[in-house]
Amino acid sequence: MARKEDASKGCRMSDVLLAANGISIVFGGLRAVSSFTFELKRGELVGLIGPNGAGKTTVFNMLSGVYTPTEGEICYTDAKGKRYDAHRMKPFQLSKAGVARTFQNIRLFGNLTVEDNVLIAMHQQRGINPLDAVFRTPRYYRDEERLRSRTRELLAIFHIDGKSLELAKNLPYGEQRKLEIVRALASDPNLLLLDEPAAGMNPQETHELMELIAFIREKFNLTILLIEHDMKLVMGICERLVVLDYGRIIAQGVPAEIKANPAVIKAYLGEEAMLDA
Amino acid sequence: MSAKFNLKNFALLAAVSVACVAVPGVLIKFNVIDGYTAQIFTLAGINAIMAISVNIICGMTGQLSLGQAGFMAIGAYACIWFAQVAQLPLPVAVVAAGCLAAIFGFLIGFPTLKLSGDYLAIVTLGFGEILRVIFVNLKSVTGGPNGKRFTTALAAQADLAWFVIVGTLVVVVILLQNFLRSSYGRAILAVREDEIAANSNGISVFRYKMTGFVIAAFVAGIAGALYAPFIGFVKPDLASFNRSVDYLIYVVLGGMGSITGSILAAFTLTYLQEFLRFLQEYRLLFYPVILILVMLFRPQGLLGMRELSFVGIWKKITSRRKA
Repeated sequence: MARKEDASKGCRMSDVLLAANGISIVFGGLRAVSSFTFELKRGELVGLIGPNGAGKTTVFNMLSGVYTPTEGEICYTDAKGKRYDAHRMKPFQLSKAGVARTFQNIRLFGNLTVEDNVLIAMHQQRGINPLDAVFRTPRYYRDEERLRSRTRELLAIFHIDGKSLELAKNLPYGEQRKLEIVRALASDPNLLLLDEPAAGMNPQETHELMELIAFIREKFNLTILLIEHDMKLVMGICERLVVLDYGRIIAQGVPAEIKANPAVIKAYLGEEAMLDA
Repeated sequence: MSAKFNLKNFALLAAVSVACVAVPGVLIKFNVIDGYTAQIFTLAGINAIMAISVNIICGMTGQLSLGQAGFMAIGAYACIWFAQVAQLPLPVAVVAAGCLAAIFGFLIGFPTLKLSGDYLAIVTLGFGEILRVIFVNLKSVTGGPNGKRFTTALAAQADLAWFVIVGTLVVVVILLQNFLRSSYGRAILAVREDEIAANSNGISVFRYKMTGFVIAAFVAGIAGALYAPFIGFVKPDLASFNRSVDYLIYVVLGGMGSITGSILAAFTLTYLQEFLRFLQEYRLLFYPVILILVMLFRPQGLLGMRELSFVGIWKKITSRRKA
C-alpha cells in the first residue's frame, strides 16, 4: 500500500514524465527483472546500461507495453499533464499517448518502402475517415500530402530522404537503424526509448548518431531513455545512468560516479579485476 | 511519390477500366466471342473476385484463411433469399448478401483474430465444413443437398452477365486499391510485416486484422451473390474446403499481396482448365504440373508483391517514343 502512494506522489510532480515503481517480471521460474524503481524527469537523457542478459531490453518491453509486469506499476504523464497507468496499457495505446521505441534487432516493415515505414507511424495523426480513403475525396489528398511532406522533413534530418522509395529491407544496416528512429519520431512522441541504437555501427557512425540524438532531443523537445552496451559511449552523452545486473538496479547516478562505483566495475569486469585494482 | 490528384492518370485508368469491360462485352453481344467462351471468362471474373478476397486476408493482412468459400456460399444463399423471399431487387440483394457475409466474418474473427499463428486457418477450415453440413440439412431455406435453383436474366444472357460481373470486379478493384493505398491500407500491411513493430507504432493489430478479415468476407459474399444468379443454381459444395483451396491457388500463383496478380492468375487458370480439355483425363495431370513449375521457377508468384500499373506501362511507352 505504501508503495502505491509513492507511485502516485511521483506522478503528481509535474516534472516527472515516467515513474516505474517496483516493477518485476517473472518468466516461468526466472525473475528477469526484480523491483525496478526509477523516475524519468521531463527533458532528461538517461542511459540504461549493464552486462549481457542484465534485463535491459525486458525493462524496455515493460515500459513500452510489450510485456505486462507481474508486479508493480508504471505511471506515465504526457505533455498535457494527463496521467496514464502504463502497466495496464497495450503498446499501440502507449504509442498514441506519446511513448515511441526502437528495437535492438531492427524491426522495420521490410517489404514496404522507406516512406511507407514512416507514414505508418503517423497513422494516429490521420485526418480522414475510411470513406474519404475509398472515394478519394479532396480531404484524402490534402491529408496525404500533409503526412508525406512531414515524412520528407523527418527523413531529411537523417539524410535518407533520397531513398524514400526504396524497400526498407534493401537499406544498408546503419540506415535501417536511422530509419527506425525516424519512424519512432513520426508518431510525435514525448518519450523516446532507444534500444541499442548504435549496435553494429563503427566508431565514426556511432559518433554521428550520438550527435543526431542530441540534436533531435533539442528539436523535438524529447525525453530519451537509451540502452547501450558500451559504457564509454554513453558516458559522453547521458546526464544520468542506471546500471542493471541480474535484473536489479546496482547503481544510479551521473557518469563520473558510475565510473568509480565498485559494484559496477565488479559487474562488468568480475571480482578479480576489483582485487587487482 | 506525390499524393496529388493527377487528371491524366485518372483519365488513363478510367479508359482502361471501361475498355476492359466494354470491349469484350460488345464482342460477346455480337457473337464474335461465342457463348461458351464468354461463360468461361465471366466465371473467371467471379473467381477473380474470390481470389481478391483471399488475397486481402492472406496476402495483405498476412493471416491464413482456409474458409473463404464458406463466405462465398453465405453470399450465394443469402442473395437467393433476399431476392426470392424478401423480394429485393437483385443489386440490393447482392450488396445485402455481401454485408451478411461480412457480419459472419466479424463473428468468426472476433474470438480467433486475438490469437496469433495458425488458429485462424484451423477455425476457418472448420467454419467452411460446418457451413456445408448446415446447408445440407437446412432444407427449408437451402433446398438441402439437391441445391437451390435461381433463374435470372444473368444466366440466360451472356453479354449482360459479363457486363454485370466484370463491371463489379472493376469497381471492387478500384475501391479496394483506394482503401489499400491510404493510411488504413498501410496499417493493414504493417500488421502483415511485423505485428510487434506495428503495435509499437500505434497500430491496433487486432483492429486491423479484423478490418482485413471483414473486408475479405464482404468481397467473398459479393462473389457468391453474383455466382448464384449467374450459374442459376447453388449447392452446399460451394462452401467446401476444396473450393477454398482453389482460390488460394490463384493467389499463390498470382503473387501474395498483388491484386492484379490474383486477377491475372484467376483468368489464366480458369481458362486453362477448359483449354486443356482436349487432353481428356490427362488434364488433371497437366494442371498440377504447371503449378509445380511456376512454384519452382517463380516461388513468389507471377507478380510477387508488385502490382501491374497501367500508368507505369503508359509512362514506359511514351518515354521510349520520346527517346
